[in-house]
Amino acid sequence: MSNPDPVKVSIQHLSLAYSDGKESLRNVSLDVRSHAITVLFGPAGGGKSTLLRTINRLNDLTDVVHVSGSVRLDGEDILDPATDLISLRRRVGMVFARPVVLPMSVRQNLTYGLELAGERNPARLAELVERSLRAAALWEEVEGRLDDPAISLSGGQQQRLCLARVLALEPEVIMLDEPTSGLDPISTGKVETSLQELKHEYTLLLVPHSVQQAARTADYAAFMLEGELIEFGPGKDLFTRPQEQRTEDYIEGRFG
Amino acid sequence: MALNAQRRRITQQVGFGVLLLAALLTVLPIALIVGLILWRGAPAISLEFLTAAPRDGMKAGGILPAIVGTFWLTLGTAVVVVPFGVGAAVYLSEYAPESRWTRLIRIAIINLAGVPSVVYGLFGLGLFVLFLRFGTSILAGSLTLAIMTLPVIISTAEEALRAVPQSFRVVSISLGGTQWQTIRRVVLPQAVPGILTGVILGLERAAGETAPILFTAAAFFLPRLPGSPFDATMALPYHLFVISTQVPGMPIQLQYGTAAVLLGFVLVMNLLATVVRSRARARRQW
Amino acid sequence: MSETTRSEFVLTRLIKAAGYSSILFIGLIFFFLLREGAPALVEIPLGSLVAARWYPIEGFFGLLPLIGGSIVVTIGATFVAVPLGLLTAIYIAEVAPRPARELLKPLVELLAGLPSVMLGFLGVVALAPYLRKLLDLPTGLAAFTGSLLLGGIAIPTVVSVAEDALDAVPRTYREAAKALGATKWQIIWRVTLPAARSGVLTAVMLGIGRVIGETMAVMMVTGNAPVVPTGLAALFRPIRTMTATIAAEMGEVAEGSVHYHALFLIGILLFLISLGINLLAASVVFRQRTRAERVLS
Repeated sequence: MSNPDPVKVSIQHLSLAYSDGKESLRNVSLDVRSHAITVLFGPAGGGKSTLLRTINRLNDLTDVVHVSGSVRLDGEDILDPATDLISLRRRVGMVFARPVVLPMSVRQNLTYGLELAGERNPARLAELVERSLRAAALWEEVEGRLDDPAISLSGGQQQRLCLARVLALEPEVIMLDEPTSGLDPISTGKVETSLQELKHEYTLLLVPHSVQQAARTADYAAFMLEGELIEFGPGKDLFTRPQEQRTEDYIEGRFG
Repeated sequence: MALNAQRRRITQQVGFGVLLLAALLTVLPIALIVGLILWRGAPAISLEFLTAAPRDGMKAGGILPAIVGTFWLTLGTAVVVVPFGVGAAVYLSEYAPESRWTRLIRIAIINLAGVPSVVYGLFGLGLFVLFLRFGTSILAGSLTLAIMTLPVIISTAEEALRAVPQSFRVVSISLGGTQWQTIRRVVLPQAVPGILTGVILGLERAAGETAPILFTAAAFFLPRLPGSPFDATMALPYHLFVISTQVPGMPIQLQYGTAAVLLGFVLVMNLLATVVRSRARARRQW
Repeated sequence: MSETTRSEFVLTRLIKAAGYSSILFIGLIFFFLLREGAPALVEIPLGSLVAARWYPIEGFFGLLPLIGGSIVVTIGATFVAVPLGLLTAIYIAEVAPRPARELLKPLVELLAGLPSVMLGFLGVVALAPYLRKLLDLPTGLAAFTGSLLLGGIAIPTVVSVAEDALDAVPRTYREAAKALGATKWQIIWRVTLPAARSGVLTAVMLGIGRVIGETMAVMMVTGNAPVVPTGLAALFRPIRTMTATIAAEMGEVAEGSVHYHALFLIGILLFLISLGINLLAASVVFRQRTRAERVLS
């Protein structure tokens, strides 16, 4: 790219280990640029989810025994113990692999995070509900069912609701961990279309559920294997002319 | 080969028959007990029986002071044990680290559950009645019953909290919720039916206990209703004990009647717990 | 915002305090039992405590008849509760069709909720007279009657703990045995029960603990005669347990008297017995859990 967008998240020499010795990160360095989709792909257990969960400090909930290196969001090291985690998690939203709707209505799912943040103005809440549902391409389908239990939506609708729920908080970075792994091709298509729209306003970090999806969506792509970053570059280069043998082997399906 | 298979099948048939017999031996007496008490007790129950004080050395009249006393004791128990028990369960399920101290808490709870009820009575006498000078009173009895009920409430509430999927907590935290907001707005509401079931069953036990209130709250005969938490009181289970063993020449009908009222209370509480549980199961969103 | 943080801080502290309260309560119970009961060890010579005569009015504080009474009733009740409870648990967990299970479980739960004083009442007015006639005894108020009642009271404990243990046996064990051609009956005896044995052991121990601590029912139906039981015949004679002694006599003693201290001493004894049983049961459970964790990770 001739004129690259500014760096939003800068990861330098990040290493991380869990107490049970499972999936970890080893010396990962990576710049995530704004207004683009950065894809993290590779076989399971390569550290993709761990990397995402480090960026919004969700790993704090698990048994992390060692972290070193730095993760900077707009230049600010978010691994600093003094980081305000609440505001960090509002700036860095996350959509999980399995759609987890909270046990409340569609509307309440969307206003949940806003109300926790202290937003009480009903007009403002209603506006954000509609806008986020539209952005997630769900408004038409649920317009008349806002007060139904969210669990009554279909799987694909639930996952888009989860995306809308993150959008309602007006974050800066959106991380998606295999958001379409449980969805049918039509729902997957809808989500991917939404992502292409959203990248104009947000910084997107996506763990795709297949190499094909990685190739379809990536502006930038990072291949991760056993906790290490093997190769990182613009998507169109990496998928057509990988520099590393292991990247090429994986893309061509020689191991998985 | 065929013979062998046939022998195995017969062994299994006989074995299952023995198991069924054991199960029947266990539950038939229960049905018998319930049936007998309701059948023999029903004729004694009248409006006067439920709304009047005992007369003629308890050989006539009603059992109102005992009903009211048990009501206050149970309410007092609930007021103390619910916040403590649910608080402790939230701590164990949501906050407690895997540590020596947490293990110690769990061992303490197991032991609280095992302490004999009459030992709770001694403890209540020593601490509440004598040391804190509450006297033989509803207050002392309620506190004693509350500590005795605590392990039941903690373990059922913790189980209900742990049953709430972990993913709800992760999502709430990822949306910028604090841990307390997550507990308050997502975890607790989902656990309420389970907690409520535990509370109902715990209070049912507390209301039926006699030994813990023997020396802390119970009065042999006290026809007026208690006026303050510092009054001693009659109580249904203790009253049944008194009229069936301590007073000679007690009309058997009154004894069965009192037992039937106590049983009615137990049955209603059991039914309530069942209803709460099945309704929650039908409405559950996960 | 800072308002939220402050109230959250306070609440978290309160919750933590509630969490630790159980330790405090166990400590308080032991402390107050010691405070009121320890003087007995000074006032009564040890030789007099380990004696066969409990007759406080004349200064005899021999605990042997009471301990013996508790042991006799407990052994009798164990013979009722353990076989019935375990077999019922096996039936419910492994054999019963769904409707039978849905009927049996609430009934057992109901038994757990029946006040012991109510069972004692039925023991006095129905069971004891019946047994007296049936066995041709001078009185139906005897250890045997108490054992039957206490056995019934302990059954729900045995059933629910044992059933949990059986349910916890992984389904794959049973399926593997089935694939090898074992019958359902063989699977129960050779696979499920051995796999659940520590839980079954816990069930037995907790059932016994329940029996030793039971007070009202046993006091009402065992005749309350503090006699050291000897031989099998003791089962059909009146006895008196430790718990019944406290319940029957505490109401009549003067605070601070030797008799009062002696009753608290019995309380200490009961507390220590239940502590021992529960620690033993807990250590079995904890050992089992750590093993499961090791397998999983």
